[in-house]
Amino acid sequence: MNYRLFITRSILLLQICLSVLYFSTTNSFANQNTLEKIKSSGVLTWGFDAEGGVPYVFHDPKNPSRLIGFEVELVDAIAKELGVKVQYFQNVWDSILLSLQRGDFDIALNGIEITPDREQAIQFTRPYYAYTERIVIRDSDNRIHCLEDLHGKKVGTLYNTVAKRMLEEMGNITISTYSGQVEPFKDLSLSRIDAVFVDSPIASYYAMPNPQLRLVGKPAGEGYYGIAVRKEDSALAEELNKIIGKISRSGELKKIYNRWGLWNASQEKLFSDEEVLQRYTESPSSVSEKVSPAVLKFLPTLLKGALVTIVISILSMILAVSLGLALVIMRLYGNTWLQKISTAYIEIYRGTPLLIQLYILYYGLPNIGITLSAFAAAVLGLGMNYAAYEAEIYRAGIQSIHKGQTEAALSLGMSKRLALKRIILPQALRIAIPPMTNDFIALFKDSSLVSVIAIVELTKSYSILASASMNFFTLGIITALLYFGMSYPLSLYARKLEKKLRSHDRNS
Amino acid sequence: MIEIHNLSKQYGNKFLFKGLYLNIAKGKVVTLIGPSGSGKSTLLRCINGLETFQDGYLSVNGQILYGVNEQSYSKAQEDRIVRKIRRKLGMVFQQFNLFPHMTVLHNITESPTHVLGISQADAESNAISLLQKVHLEGKAQSYPGQLSGGEQQRVAIARALAMKPEAMLFDEPTSSLDPEMIEEVLAVIKDLVSEGMTTVIATHEMGFARDVSTDVVFLERGEIVEYGSPRDIFYNPKNDRTRIFLSRFMK
Repeated sequence: MNYRLFITRSILLLQICLSVLYFSTTNSFANQNTLEKIKSSGVLTWGFDAEGGVPYVFHDPKNPSRLIGFEVELVDAIAKELGVKVQYFQNVWDSILLSLQRGDFDIALNGIEITPDREQAIQFTRPYYAYTERIVIRDSDNRIHCLEDLHGKKVGTLYNTVAKRMLEEMGNITISTYSGQVEPFKDLSLSRIDAVFVDSPIASYYAMPNPQLRLVGKPAGEGYYGIAVRKEDSALAEELNKIIGKISRSGELKKIYNRWGLWNASQEKLFSDEEVLQRYTESPSSVSEKVSPAVLKFLPTLLKGALVTIVISILSMILAVSLGLALVIMRLYGNTWLQKISTAYIEIYRGTPLLIQLYILYYGLPNIGITLSAFAAAVLGLGMNYAAYEAEIYRAGIQSIHKGQTEAALSLGMSKRLALKRIILPQALRIAIPPMTNDFIALFKDSSLVSVIAIVELTKSYSILASASMNFFTLGIITALLYFGMSYPLSLYARKLEKKLRSHDRNS
Repeated sequence: MIEIHNLSKQYGNKFLFKGLYLNIAKGKVVTLIGPSGSGKSTLLRCINGLETFQDGYLSVNGQILYGVNEQSYSKAQEDRIVRKIRRKLGMVFQQFNLFPHMTVLHNITESPTHVLGISQADAESNAISLLQKVHLEGKAQSYPGQLSGGEQQRVAIARALAMKPEAMLFDEPTSSLDPEMIEEVLAVIKDLVSEGMTTVIATHEMGFARDVSTDVVFLERGEIVEYGSPRDIFYNPKNDRTRIFLSRFMK
């Protein structure tokens, strides 16, 4: 939870910084007409967060490689109307609008409430769903009957939502903010909080099938979900508006919503002036119906995540070790300016959180015209951060070499550069290798942080699968075992190296 | 061969050497004696450019290095001059300072191949004959960590000789050795001296100094108190300070 809180806070901080930049710069790098691009390429790229995304968009527990949810069906319907294919773009929900702005995908459609402050940064289509805020409590709890009863209670809600703002405005409520949807309901069941206050689709989906939980009070604070597009994409927004109108008139939209138990009076009102819609009755799919699948089914997805973790870790470490060497040579042997640059680099990178560095690389740099891919940002972010630490390890190694070694080399006629290369560095490297191996293990685990910039590595794969299947325990153990299975051999290797080095010292 | 002219060295405003003069002609064997902290090591390190000095100059076979206060050349030029001087001199340290990550053979061939550009094969055959000279031909493939102190110091001597120096500087070569190993190192130095190598040795081995030197310099607090033949210094010292120092050492 601390980790989440940390992320939440960093994101908040970053958004404040970035929003300043957003209003002062135009997105000049963002392409020609997106609508034309979609039509000519035949691909609509859709940004969403499948982590804890029930019932909007989530991984099918019966077949984790497949995405399901009412929004998946909605986007499919839209794509069909456009005559194009859908390309998925997984992005952490908290930063989905930032990613839209930086041009990672064409539309963001993921339960994004239409609010005036969001409309400053992006453009919304006409609403595709009317939501309300609902209160969920434990079935056994008789203290809460309406919104006013939440005063003095502990209430869970989601980060960056209308519900959260409503709670804040009410005052006198202890608010627990979550970035995933599953966790507040878990905490509610565990009596860690007294109520959950969230959008109606989420509330219905989690509370209705769970006999321990129930909905209370009247729906409050009606609002709308819209499809977000970039500000300059008015043509795309118009086209999407036409399509929403068309599929609501044809009854297709109602059919989709009904399949997920989401059709209600509010939707009736939202679309009634379009056309009278036929009523379909189908039982909603729900959590309780889902069969807990064999854990083996998750393995391919987890292994794929593990592979991404390995590739990112290795590339970052190569960068860290080479850049670290350059930094330490600048620091120990460079002129005053190089020394200052190197020292500043090391201090800044060691004195700021890796997470903030990643955000700046990924979301900050586009504002000055540098748009890195998520993969490049991940490798650069990790590598540049660890370079500062590797530089210090090199420095400790170099400085532990007795100065008699340099003197002997110089007295034999070597230049300082040759002495460094042939005599000092080879010895310093031996000393540096064990701590560097330890650092590699640390980096390997720190690589889970890059999931915040739209990289689906092992930890992200785990949390997506776990929140879709509610199977945190078994999947958690498997994921931990995967990490352990990869880092333990390295740790053994580091220990062996250390031993070897110690015996080497004894001899000399 | 080595000429030290009016050399001054100071730390802050404390002088170690104040206007020191010393001339060492080709083929001479000069021992520097004196109590610890008298400046023996520092003088050798100044000659080899491992320590800077402020005033005066030193000349090694015509190559002149001025004190930092008198230099009119750049840092890069100074580096070049110091390197030229070092190429004429071999240096052996109290702590041996062999390269622990290289074999004995590699220690000896490293500089000839990388600095002088001698082929690996030539450097190795030369190294083997130098190892024979210091009686360590069997240790070519050993690592320094596997050798005794005396053996390490003999390798260090061979390593310095591999650069074909015009003179050798020994900085207390036996001071960190166990007593039973001192003789083997001194024997190697004696051999070298008998071949006519110009040599400067800072040492506490008075018997050795008496036996091998052509000249003895008694240093105290950075000052040359007495200079003369071993016979004069050891049997007929003119200065009281020399006499007091020697009486403590020679029992």
